[in-house]
Amino acid sequence: MSTDWLASTPIASPHVHAGSSVSAVMIKVMLALTPATVHAFWLYGWPAIFLWFATVFAAIAGEAFCLRMMRRRALPVLKDGSAMLTGWLLALSLPPWAPLWLGLVGGLFATIVAKQVFGGIGQNLFNPAMAARVALLISFPVPMTQWLDPLPMGSPVAPDLVRSIQIALGSNNELDAIASASLLGHAKTELARGIDLTQIRLPAFGPRGEHAGSLGEASIGLLAAGGLALLLMRVISWHIPVAMLLGAILPAAIGHALDPSRHLPPIVHLLSGGLILGAFFIATDYVTSPSTRLGQFIFGLGCGVLTWLIRTYGGYPEGVAFAVLLMNALTPAIDRWVRPRIYGRDRRGHPLELGK
Amino acid sequence: MIVAIVSLTLLGLALGFALGFAAKRFAVAQDAGLAAIEALMPGTNCGQCGYAGCAGAAAAIARAEAPPTICPPGGKALVEALAKRLGFSVDVASLTEPDPKIASVDEEICIGCCRCLKVCPTDAIIGAPKQIHNVLREACTGCAQCLDRCPTEAIKMTPIPLTLQHWVWPKPVLNGTLGVMS
Amino acid sequence: MRARAFFARDKVPWGVHPHDHKRPAADVATRTLPLPERLYVPLQQHIGAPARPVVMAGKKVYKGQLIAEAQGPTSAAVHAPTSGRVHAIGEITAPHPSGLAMTAIIIESDGEDEWIDSSPCRDPFALPPEEIATRIAAAGIVGLGGATFPAALKLASAHKAKIHTLILNGCECEPYLSCDDRLMRDAADEIVAGIRLMMRATGAQQALIGIEENKPEAIAAMRAATHHSPAVEVRVVPARYPMGSEKHLFSMLMGREIPADCRTTDLGALVHNVGTAHAVYQAICAGHPLVERLLTVHGAAVAHPGNLWVPIGALVSDVFAFAGLLGEPARLVMGGPMMGVQLPHMQVPVIKGTSGLLALSAEEIGSTSPSSCIRCASCVRACPVGLLPLEMAARIKAGKLTAAVDFGLKDCLACGCCTFVCPAHIPLVHYFLHAKNELAARARTELRLEATKRLAAARKERLEREAKEKAEAAARRKAERMAQKAALHRSSEEATV
Repeated sequence: MSTDWLASTPIASPHVHAGSSVSAVMIKVMLALTPATVHAFWLYGWPAIFLWFATVFAAIAGEAFCLRMMRRRALPVLKDGSAMLTGWLLALSLPPWAPLWLGLVGGLFATIVAKQVFGGIGQNLFNPAMAARVALLISFPVPMTQWLDPLPMGSPVAPDLVRSIQIALGSNNELDAIASASLLGHAKTELARGIDLTQIRLPAFGPRGEHAGSLGEASIGLLAAGGLALLLMRVISWHIPVAMLLGAILPAAIGHALDPSRHLPPIVHLLSGGLILGAFFIATDYVTSPSTRLGQFIFGLGCGVLTWLIRTYGGYPEGVAFAVLLMNALTPAIDRWVRPRIYGRDRRGHPLELGK
Repeated sequence: MIVAIVSLTLLGLALGFALGFAAKRFAVAQDAGLAAIEALMPGTNCGQCGYAGCAGAAAAIARAEAPPTICPPGGKALVEALAKRLGFSVDVASLTEPDPKIASVDEEICIGCCRCLKVCPTDAIIGAPKQIHNVLREACTGCAQCLDRCPTEAIKMTPIPLTLQHWVWPKPVLNGTLGVMS
Repeated sequence: MRARAFFARDKVPWGVHPHDHKRPAADVATRTLPLPERLYVPLQQHIGAPARPVVMAGKKVYKGQLIAEAQGPTSAAVHAPTSGRVHAIGEITAPHPSGLAMTAIIIESDGEDEWIDSSPCRDPFALPPEEIATRIAAAGIVGLGGATFPAALKLASAHKAKIHTLILNGCECEPYLSCDDRLMRDAADEIVAGIRLMMRATGAQQALIGIEENKPEAIAAMRAATHHSPAVEVRVVPARYPMGSEKHLFSMLMGREIPADCRTTDLGALVHNVGTAHAVYQAICAGHPLVERLLTVHGAAVAHPGNLWVPIGALVSDVFAFAGLLGEPARLVMGGPMMGVQLPHMQVPVIKGTSGLLALSAEEIGSTSPSSCIRCASCVRACPVGLLPLEMAARIKAGKLTAAVDFGLKDCLACGCCTFVCPAHIPLVHYFLHAKNELAARARTELRLEATKRLAAARKERLEREAKEKAEAAARRKAERMAQKAALHRSSEEATV
């Protein structure tokens, strides 16, 4: 009971904490992504693994570089895991056999341009992974649309390690031979050629939902399971995923019912492209989504409807990234207009009527 | 290619000129409002700012010669009022005010000469000839004008003691904890 | 378990559910702190002006003797917590994070603990309501829930407002604390008698005792005690922090919100703490003023946590010496862990509003350095009044206090839910306290500036008036002189005629 023991600066209440932390949140999200990622690695082999590592490395390196430039210690910030998650999500949205340089450029763009330039974690207006994906898609349209059917590891068609390194380094002349269109891309090209959708045969899905598409698209079932796990762990709430899926499926169902020759059925919308990944892992990004439940629902709905609109009427076959970015831009406006009601006040902030 | 470059350049130039013209033509006369600033000042002409009275300080602020933080009796409240009036932003919370002081009369030395009474801008000193003077705490602004007038140096500036009711939680300091290198 | 929690809709959509840490300390039998040699009784243990001492150093006092009288309407009287001699009226560090000093009457105990002649009331329910309030005021009773607002004043205003319901707050939603729980188990009959006296003082027709569901023993004890008083009813409320906030308990029991510009008395109800009801019983029925209170000693650094009767003015170090400490605590807290205040050291006195003393270990505080906000909006969901803590804190951080007010800073209870859940460990409540204090300080300077302006104007007017008077006087004198001269001239002329 020493009297000289004086608190240097006063610390305000509360004096206990729930124990949550930013890194715990990020780790939970990464854990939820792991099954789908491992499955994707198995489906696409070594080139996909190289690509994933390159993208994640570049994202972390980009963040560390910026922090050093600002004369801040990088390690404590990197430990929160957000840069790694950004790189991970970006990797999952790339074509599985994309050359390494694409992943490197994307990862650097994501953390440097889309995140740190805005002021680092919590300050970025746009989802860094999606901003990087869109930047890559616009800048390098050819490697960004080189899809291929899954070639599971161990199967005779899978490339060996040497071949994998060659693919990773960009000598993908063989890729053109085995390249396959993604489902949405296929539908779009056929429609553009004037062939209506009832006449074309859509590629089939594998038992876990595998089909030609980006790295993360390959295992829809496991992604959805990961998303549900996040919901159960209360890392995310149901509002954004449900609203986004509804926002895409409802108009798809209506469109398909009215004119099946021009509109893909809702199940195809649900299972293809990045809708599941986007609904559970990307649109739910804390930083770039609204703060209130109602705002999140509006945000998710907007993401879903925009995704469907872009897929159906836009120039690109896939629209999740664009939809999320567009709604990101609207997030401050949603947060401004959708606010919780304060106790004892009405929605506009005036005190409640006494007689009511 | 060249057509595009030329047309965009021309477009840019034209819009630039249009904006420049609009800025000149439709400029709203920025009336600093000397009278309005002066009305915000305490009006005690205590001279702590170093200008000739509040009017002088107001004029200096209006001409942007003096910072808005120049007036000690006005404090943060005045800075904020000025910021609102003149349309600049200032982090008022991070300003540190010097510890406020008030005058106090040492009853042992005071001879009751009444010289200090005459200069007090807020009539904060009460007293009569040959009677010990006293400072009204509530009225004293701490301008220290009375200090030099006292022939016996009975007036001292004493800091106002900080009480529990007036204590302010300091702003949380986060430097060093956000990974900033010291 | 998680899945069930997920699918079960929360009964209460606001607030947080911290680990309550109440047991086993709540189940330990109540103890009494051995009388310390010296007691430091502060003059200000309530909202409002400090009490004025009515004793002098060296004077003999008895337990329960008035030693400082209320000064002004929101002040409260202070009584000697034991018999002995007034050692001095000096300064002691306040139980406040600032570590500033406050004035206290220091009493040297004579060890007798001898009561002053008290006048127990034989038939307290025959007393008129005003007399009950007067006696409660004379006993120096303040709200023991922590707000320390003089109880008699609240009762009188409620009587004037003709309330119909008296709400008793037995929620004790703060983790760790169990003194109200313990009091309800130990002294249920006395509390109910106190409640009935308060009903008489306010004219309320019914009383509702709100107790959180995690206190089954207290609920049972209070139910048994209220068996013969049909107007007094025990209501079990969900255990959710901050259920014990006046607003939330009121809404829970009355089914409506308190409009932002109203008080509970405008809606016909008054909220008081169960501890206050017990103090009222003591004051009226036993004639004992508020000189001791039950408080919880707890925290991982405490060897024998539990509830103690402690005389007002005992030092925190006395309490911890009795309860035992396991090593150096990482933080000392007076009150609960959610809203309590950090103590600068142990040489501070226990006051009327001290509901608990916590010696927390570093592990319990779980303090890690704050990082940047990730806008996860956990704080928005936790906020029991529907604010956007992340937006307010960002504004305050940037120095835009008025912008924070636009976001509802004035409605903030400082309950701590937002900081409790923040994964980035941002001291949100600290920002809000800073902003509230800073705005209050600014309002004070503004008032002072206005006063200064008025004084300067008055002086200018005075100087002008004096100058004018002087000029007028001079003119008058001149005129008089002229008249005199003229008269003189005339008289001399007349003389010559």
